[in-house]
This record gives sequence, C-alpha cells and structure tokens, in this order.
Amino acid sequence: MNAELALISALNGASYGLLLFMLSAGLTLIFSMMGVLNFAHASFYMLGAYCGYQISRWLGFWPGLVLAPLAVGACGAAVERYGLRSLHTRGPVAELLFTFGLSYVIVELVQVVWGRPPVPYRLPPELDGSLFSVYTVEFPRARAFVMLVAGLILGALALLLRYSRIGMIIQAALSHARTVETLGHDVPRIHMLVFGGGAALAGLAGAVGGALTVTEPNMGGAIGAILFVVVVVGGMGSLAGAFLASLAIGELDAFAKVIDRSPADLAAALGVPIDPASSLYGLWSLTLSQTAPVLPFLLLVVVLLVRPRGLLGKREDR
Amino acid sequence: MKAAQWTPWLPWLAGALLLVLVPAFFTQGFVRLLFAECAIMIVFTLSYNLLLGASGMLSFGHAVYSGFGAYTTIHALNWIGRTHALVPVTALPLLGGCGGLIAGVVLGFISTRRSGTAFAMITLGLGELVGACWLMFPRFFGGEGGISGNRTVGGPLFGVPGWNLASDLQIDYVVGAWCFASIAAIRGLLGTPLGRIANAVRDNPERAEFVGYSARQVRWLMLIASSFFAGISGSLAALNFEIVSAENVGALRSGEVLLATFIGGIGYFHGPILGAVVFVFFAVALSQWTKAWQLYLGLFFVVLVLRAPGGLAAVIERAVAQVRDGSAWRRSRVLSAMGMAMVVALGGLIVLVEMTYQRTLEVAAGSVVRVFWMDIDTDRATSWALPSLFLVAGALAYDRVRRQDLAVRQPTPSTAAEVAAR
Repeated sequence: MNAELALISALNGASYGLLLFMLSAGLTLIFSMMGVLNFAHASFYMLGAYCGYQISRWLGFWPGLVLAPLAVGACGAAVERYGLRSLHTRGPVAELLFTFGLSYVIVELVQVVWGRPPVPYRLPPELDGSLFSVYTVEFPRARAFVMLVAGLILGALALLLRYSRIGMIIQAALSHARTVETLGHDVPRIHMLVFGGGAALAGLAGAVGGALTVTEPNMGGAIGAILFVVVVVGGMGSLAGAFLASLAIGELDAFAKVIDRSPADLAAALGVPIDPASSLYGLWSLTLSQTAPVLPFLLLVVVLLVRPRGLLGKREDR
Repeated sequence: MKAAQWTPWLPWLAGALLLVLVPAFFTQGFVRLLFAECAIMIVFTLSYNLLLGASGMLSFGHAVYSGFGAYTTIHALNWIGRTHALVPVTALPLLGGCGGLIAGVVLGFISTRRSGTAFAMITLGLGELVGACWLMFPRFFGGEGGISGNRTVGGPLFGVPGWNLASDLQIDYVVGAWCFASIAAIRGLLGTPLGRIANAVRDNPERAEFVGYSARQVRWLMLIASSFFAGISGSLAALNFEIVSAENVGALRSGEVLLATFIGGIGYFHGPILGAVVFVFFAVALSQWTKAWQLYLGLFFVVLVLRAPGGLAAVIERAVAQVRDGSAWRRSRVLSAMGMAMVVALGGLIVLVEMTYQRTLEVAAGSVVRVFWMDIDTDRATSWALPSLFLVAGALAYDRVRRQDLAVRQPTPSTAAEVAAR
C-alpha cells in the first residue's frame, strides 16, 4: 500500500465514520436521556433516504435535503409522543420491543409505498466527479460533501447543546431530570424534542447516505447492526465514545477494503509458506478485504472481552 | 385417584393426542402442511422463552443456535450417506441440539457478560457476525444455494421395511415426537433450581447475587440450555425440509422467533406454543392471501406491545376470567362497541394497504384490486376516500369508547404489574 492510497482511504474512512456518527449521536443522546435504545433508528435512516428521494422528484435534491430530515423528525416526535411515552413505566425491554416492532413495520410500510427494488435516488450532477486527486487516486466530491454536511451539522449541534438555553436544559435533563422538572420545564416534551431531533439527524444521514449509495428497503438493517456495534464499543451513553468508535469503524472498514492480503500471504512473506493442501488453508487464505463485512463485529467481540463497558463507558456490572 | 390429581396432566394428554391424531387424519391439505412447521416453531419459541420469559434476556440473534443445529444435522446426514455409518437418522436432532449447545457455550460466554439492553445489542452483533460468515466459509455454509441432504440415507429404522422417513407421515411423527419431548424437557427444566434462580436473576439480579449465585453464570447456563433446544428445532427443520441455507442463521429468522414468542405471551408456559401456531398461520396461511402479511404481523405485534404486554395468552386468560365472573355480560355493550369500532378501522386499514400494494408492486396487473369480496378500482378518488374515512372514524370511535370505559371502571392494577407478578 502506498501513501496516496493510504491518504484517500483515511479520507474515505473519515467520511463513512462521520456519517455513522450522525446516526450514533442521536442514538446515544436518546439512550442516555431516556434509557431507550432505539432499535428503529436505522429505519429512520432509511425513511430519510426515501423521503429525500420522493421530495427530490417533486422539488429537487436540495429542498429534499432540508425537508426530508424535518419530515422524519416529525415522525420520530410522533412515535415518542404516542408510542414510547406510555411504555416508559414498563422498563427498557418493553421499549426495546416496541422500537423493534416499529422497525419491522417501517420497513414493510416503505415496501408497500415504494416497492422492493432500489429506487433511483442520486446526488445532483454538481456533486459528481472528483474533488482532487493524489497522483492517480481520486477523492470523489460526493464523499467530501458528506464530510461537509456531517461536520457542519454536528458542529452546530455541539454549539447548540453547549451554549443555547434549550441545549443547557437538555443537558441538565440528562442527569437531573427531576430537578429540571421541579424548575418548571416540561421534561416529557424535552424527551419528545430529543427523540425527534435524533430521528431528524438519522433522516439527514439517510437523505445523504441513500443518494451516495443505494436506497432500498434493506439499507437500514445493514447499517443498523453496525450502529449498535458503534454504541456498545464506544460505551453506552457516551457521546465522545460514540464519536471515537464511529471513526474507528469507518477507518477500519475503509482500510480493510483496500488491503488485498491474507495471513497466508503474510506467512509466505515471512518465509514460512502455508501448504495450500492443509485443512485450514481456506481460513488462512481469506484476504482482509474479504473479511471487511465482519470486522466491526469482531471488534465488538474483542472490546467486550477486554473491556466490557466499552471505550469510554461508565462502569456497569449488572 | 381424585379428579384434581388428573387435571395438571390433561393438557399433556391432549397435546400428545393432537400430535398423534392430526398427521393420521389430515392426510392432505392445509393442516398437514402446517403441522411440521408448527411443531418446529413451537420448539424454537419455547427455547427462546427460556431466555426472554424465564431469564429476562432479550436476544436478537437466536437463529444462530438453531442454524448451527441445522447445519450440524445436514452435514451429519451427508456424512452418513458417504460412510453408511450405523447412526439412526431419527436421533440426529440430539446431535443438532449439541451443535446448538456448542455455539451457545462459545457465543454465550461473550454475550452473557452483559445483561439488559447491552445483551440485546451484543446478540444482534454476534448474529450479524455469524450471518456474515457464510460468504467467507462456503464449504460449511454451502454458499448461495445452501446445503441439501437426504433424510432417507440411514435406511429403514429397526430394519422395518418402509420406515425410512421417506413419507410425510413418518417425518411428521418424528418431528411431533421430538416436539413433545422438548416441551416436556423445557417444562422440567423450568422447575429445576436453575430455572427458579433464572427467574430470580430476571427479577432482581442484585439480590440473587447476594444470595450467592453469579447472575452471569446463571444467564450463561440458561443460554446454553436454550441454545440446545434451539439446535433441536433447527435440526428438525433440516430433516423436514432437507435443505439448510444462510437464511437459517440470519437476522430475519431471529426477529421472527422474537415476534412469535411475544405474540403468544412470554409470561406463560403455553404462551410461546400459542405464538408459534399463530405465527405459522400468519406466515403460511395469510401469506397466500396477501403479500403484505409481514406488515400486518408487525402491526399486530406493536399493538400487543402497547396494549397487551402479556400477549395472546394473557388476553385469553382475562377474557375467560371475565366470562366466568360475569363482568363480560355486564360490559357487553362497551365491549361490542369497541369490537365494532375496531372492525371498522381495521377494514379501512386493510383496504388502504392492499390498494397501495396494488399500485406499487402489482402495477402490471392493472388498477383493480380484490379485497375481501369487493373489486376496487385504485384509480378512482372515492375508493381511497371511503376506507380512509372508515379508518379515521373507527379509530376515533374506539378511542372515545375506551376513554369512557376507563373513566367508569375502577382503576385496575396496570398490566405490567400483573405480568411481573406471575
């Protein structure tokens, strides 16, 4: 692997990692505030992609980029208000089951409305082509656009959480919900706001990510599992941990995809070639790029064995 | 013997009779089609409820264990075919169970380090891990097409000519017998000290630890037991269908067992059995009638989570209790009003869904869709307005009746507390 490929891979990984963080940020914020791990979060991502596609057909891509997150956010707020809120007294398993059922229903509804095959949702032509190239390797404009959107939104969110009045109330409600309620703030409404906001973030990620890759009913399931890996690896409820884990998994994925070497190659390079007839040769000859889809889950296993609470998670033995 | 001593055994007797008589009398047709699938699903949901109901562990990756059982069995079948080893095919589910058990020992060691939400997430991750492996190890998982086998390779059982599992009737009886044995074994397991301690760990892990039990170890043991029975179920599926593919370990199958178990009712021993039967009905019967069956199943599940967390078993029990103490007759007006509102809303919803489906997936078949007994033209605006009106009016009426009813009745203990008390 040469330097320019490494640089481009690092940028690709960062772009994917930021997209993941747009999703995991909302998920983590909802989890630490309400104790609900929203199983349907990835479905909101998919819904965002489909809303973006539909609006882009009516009004164009850019209005879709603004309106789709708003629509998905409204859906999320409604889900919190009319579904989750009544389940809050029944504990995390009931809430998890509800969001699981919801993810199932959303996928089916999307299939009813838009059909099973992928829909032709694309980025506008001004985002085609490459932004710059290092020697022969090109960095696509679309990836830079994803990084820009994610960076801007997350920066704005950080500022909002830290300096605005509503952000301060949200932060206070994270740790001292009762006190905040005593001070006259409507905590259930804050929950609705945060849930809607998280869904809107997921919707935005979908509106961008769907156009960048493929918009199909299963796109949520694929990214959803990785999302939960991010949250567990980063430490449940830790925003900084989610950020680290998102970037780590983004980079892991990007680098694994371009390294076409296997342990057998490594052994050969070290002078101890493995006999292709040996029984485990199939295992040793797997290249890193072939194993890319399972690497996040292997990372999950390793982190759980070494550090069960996750990278930056608080200690939790139960 | 007094009658009271007999009553606990009546359901077992009835179940055994059912397992013997159904395959014998329904030699063809619908019931026969469902019999083996129901029996397989029953073992699967009961094994799942060892986790969710008995130990409070919500797993999103249970299909991994049944999948391992299935793959173990199909490889064993092919091995018997190659070597003509004297291994009875009817005993293979035991081997499949051991396959599931080994997977449970290894994966459970990792996943049971945490409980609650984290456990759920980890099982999802592990499920994805195993589910993604089939691309990397095509020799074991059989790649795209899966692995097929032949259940008659073992030759006739006990040397009786014709007893080689070739006919549907024979495989139905083998599956039924294993199903019955598994139900009895799971029931027995729940009564052992391990089963009781698992309940304690579910309800109050801290206190169980103070009494001297390691909550983690109890969770692990329960997961191992559960994966054994899941392996049996997968093994039965492998014998019945004679093919195993990557779908058998996938996330979809894991989701299905969760849906089925919860729909039946996780707080009751017979709940998962009920849920398995209802699920197979949805999956086989309803899927012939409408392509949107998964949507209806999902909606049904969400409604149950919101309104009846005890599942169908709890709904039935409450209905029976209300009929017995006569309150059902006193509230007959309210109940029938609610039922009517529900039917109106449901009818509107179904018509809307089927019409939308016609427009997206069946465009080539024209604009007219047949729902219930009606032919509806999806191009006309009125055919959209009317079901929408039904849906909204029915939902509003239901909500109104329910509110009035709640206001009249004494506040009852919340359903969650009822479930927890069991």
